[in-house]
Amino acid sequence: MNNTPSLSYKAAFLLIIKRDLTIAFRHRDDILNPLLFFVIVVTLFPLGIGPESTTLSRIAPGIIWVAALLSTLLSLDRLFKSDHNDGSLEQMLLSPHPVFILVLGKIIAHWLLTGLPLILVAPLLAVLLHLNENSYGALMLTLLLGTPVLSLLGAIGVALTVGIKKGGVLLSLLVLPLYIPVLIFATSAIDTAAMNLPYSGQLAIIAALLFGSLTLAPFAVSAALKVSTN
Amino acid sequence: MLFEHLSLNIFPGDIVQIEGANGSGKTSLLRILAGLSQPYEGQVYFKDQLISQDQELFYQNLLFLGHLPGVKDEMSAQENLEFNLALHGLDKKAAEATLNSVNLLGFEDTLASQLSAGQHRRIALAKLWQSQAPIWILDEPFTAIDKLGVTKLEQLFLQHANKGGCVILTTHQDLSFDDDRIKKITLAYQFY
Repeated sequence: MNNTPSLSYKAAFLLIIKRDLTIAFRHRDDILNPLLFFVIVVTLFPLGIGPESTTLSRIAPGIIWVAALLSTLLSLDRLFKSDHNDGSLEQMLLSPHPVFILVLGKIIAHWLLTGLPLILVAPLLAVLLHLNENSYGALMLTLLLGTPVLSLLGAIGVALTVGIKKGGVLLSLLVLPLYIPVLIFATSAIDTAAMNLPYSGQLAIIAALLFGSLTLAPFAVSAALKVSTN
Repeated sequence: MLFEHLSLNIFPGDIVQIEGANGSGKTSLLRILAGLSQPYEGQVYFKDQLISQDQELFYQNLLFLGHLPGVKDEMSAQENLEFNLALHGLDKKAAEATLNSVNLLGFEDTLASQLSAGQHRRIALAKLWQSQAPIWILDEPFTAIDKLGVTKLEQLFLQHANKGGCVILTTHQDLSFDDDRIKKITLAYQFY
């Protein structure tokens, strides 16, 4: 009766990713909503401000990043909410695997569904905003390094508020201050690139944020989930 | 306060039924036993060590079913069960045969959103048939289950206990076991 069932960390991690992707593809609104929000916000700016290219290219990095940040915030809720509501979160917490492995899987799946599509459409939207042509590389790199940070840090906030019925406002209050460093360094990198200066310093800081949160956030999230389900 | 001065030992082969009025703390007690909630006072030991000490070991030996079935609407009955089995390190190839034992054959590919509450509960319960874990903690396992299903589950519990496992459950139904086979804990409801 005591043959301990086993599943490697990698298998457990991939199992969660596969499950979350399957669910998301059957519930496409969840993927499309944040992406549509991102596209709509960015396309409305040229209409509101006017087509003058110097103004637009000056504010383009900020607009794209702020829209990316808000659209991530919009999508965070589903990271743990539905699993909490139907009891599957409980089952995950009680599985024989370390919770941080499962949590990391869920966060990566979230990034694949929200961060990655943003990165793919961002260059198209940058054209709309007359982004300086030297800045495209910086835009892509900052998004590539920065959007996972948004998912990782956001997950901590969601995990803390998942037990609260209307935690939306609290979530924004908790998470937005944590997002600000990413926003500042990302837009600064893109601006620097526009002036044809090296922007590796800013990228290094975003990369540091990424690896810091990649290693620490899963533990914070699992601790927060245990508190929330208490 | 929900309850105090509660002390119990549960041994292999035990079937423990926790009774009590609504709101008397049955679910809270089960969640404390499973390590999901922390008691204000008191401790839970497994094999002479605190359950928080070696969580992995404890959770390898535990199967907990809460009052929520943990079934995803977006996945089919079989996908749900396969995930549940795989999450607990069990062979997911057994999913189809297991669905048969909970009378869900023919619904393998039906999305859970189209199944009834009782069928959701059956999907969640299905992993009992495959479970290797000796400790079963079940919160209202009979909710929405039909009479025949209840009989089948009772047989399964008895089988599990006879193999050296233990079952801790809450239910308002009278179980059909002999009196010497089952231990009852009644939580008194009182206002403070």
